[in-house]
Amino acid sequence: MSAGTAKLNVTVAEVKPINDLVTRFKFVRTGGGDLPTFSGGAHTVVEMQDGDITRLNAYSLMSNPADRGAYTISVRRDDQGRGGSKFMHSKVKEGLEMVISNPVNLFSLDLRAKKHLMLAGGIGITPFMAQMHQLSMMGGNFELHYSVRTASLGTYAKELSERYPGKVHIYHDDQKEAIDLKTLLANQPLGTHVYVCGPKGMINWVHSTAEDMGWPREAVHSEEFLAPASGKPFEVKCAVSNKIVQVGEHQSLLEALEAAGIDAPYLCRGGACGQCETNVIGYDGKFLHYDHWLTDEQKAGGKHIMPCVSRFEGKTLVLDR
Amino acid sequence: MSKTEFPPSITSRPVYGELEARSGSGHLMIADAEGAEAILDLANSADADFWAKAHIIYIPKKTGTKYSSQLEALGAGKYYAGPSYEAAQSRIRRALQDCHMGTQVYLSGTESLMGQAMAEATAAGIPHTAIQTEHRGSTARRMQCVHCKGITEDVTTDPFECSHCGLSLFVRDHYSRRLAAFQGVRVDAEDPGNIPEKVELFK
Repeated sequence: MSAGTAKLNVTVAEVKPINDLVTRFKFVRTGGGDLPTFSGGAHTVVEMQDGDITRLNAYSLMSNPADRGAYTISVRRDDQGRGGSKFMHSKVKEGLEMVISNPVNLFSLDLRAKKHLMLAGGIGITPFMAQMHQLSMMGGNFELHYSVRTASLGTYAKELSERYPGKVHIYHDDQKEAIDLKTLLANQPLGTHVYVCGPKGMINWVHSTAEDMGWPREAVHSEEFLAPASGKPFEVKCAVSNKIVQVGEHQSLLEALEAAGIDAPYLCRGGACGQCETNVIGYDGKFLHYDHWLTDEQKAGGKHIMPCVSRFEGKTLVLDR
Repeated sequence: MSKTEFPPSITSRPVYGELEARSGSGHLMIADAEGAEAILDLANSADADFWAKAHIIYIPKKTGTKYSSQLEALGAGKYYAGPSYEAAQSRIRRALQDCHMGTQVYLSGTESLMGQAMAEATAAGIPHTAIQTEHRGSTARRMQCVHCKGITEDVTTDPFECSHCGLSLFVRDHYSRRLAAFQGVRVDAEDPGNIPEKVELFK
């Protein structure tokens, strides 16, 4: 498969449980040698051979971008998910050879900022860990506000507080602590950029509060990877490759295209980057658009679909693939 | 003077919009000459709470007192009128230093004023796309001579003489946000002495 970015052959060097839900994985290049450099906020797409199914999940790189010896990711187990995180937790052991993509950054720091204000919720902490490594090497000005459910589920909260004294603020849900967003945003010097990574509700809260308070759109950054939603099976005709593809209940349209041998482009596989945007040639039915990429007009227009997360219900769908 | 329409040009050439009152923690308004009209028009849609958080920095230039008393009557938290952009510059810098994210910046008047204030605001950390502008009044240009790098203000003809090195310069639409100036290039570089007649392009 040539879609996506170039692939890296890696070996799992360490599997370390961090708490009840999160496990950390360390990858080194199979056969030795340096890995490509990346910038804070980048992710990699991990390929998982789960029986007959190839799962491709994007995970933020959390290690120091200056360290080319290894990449580390942290995976939160989602028992209700489609199985990728469970596979990582149960099947991936030290010494396993895996394939991951070259790093791609859709959540990079805006280095014109005079200050970086980071807001993390839960496992959304991971891209910030690489960014804080990067900023502390550059002498950058940053501040992290990190919301966790409990102290024991506060992934890396303790070590971050120790590593960056005075710059890290932890909020525990179970102790009714919450980020005072309005006060926080009201007191930022000009040139501050705010970054948010966490649950959808948190991301929307930050975007809408910042907008109401007059923050420029360009100074508010977020990243949320969507897991492809399950839904009714459907059939799609691919006009270019002249194939009819069945999309299963727990399969994304992109995965179905790939399984049929169609070389469909992708990067994030989470509705964020826009790489997989596909033209619709004809349809009779309704689209279930779940992505963050298409505008509302495009979603209503019926001319485009993002196969990584979006689905279709109806009689026929013909794609330009 | 009414709102200005500029002919379509290269992407480097700035385009301007119309000021609108936006929500924000403060409102920094910088205007010169007829730029006051854009602020007075905006006053129709802004309430007392808006003006309480506003800081107006106004350079009347040739309009004298035509607009200044009306601007002052808007009830802005801070109002300043000064003789020139250069005289107002330290005040603009200080105002930007004191404000927080969420402050809205409104620029109106000549391209020279808007360009220079825009450069200050972006240097202070506001993305240029978040800064509102509205052109009013003179279309005279602030030009940089690409040869001696000197700036000539209020250029109304093409070609014009560089006020620093004296070369006759062709007025381009090529614009520098960093310098807040259009580019002037020697008009007779290929054929020295062959200088076309001046045409008044800007008023």
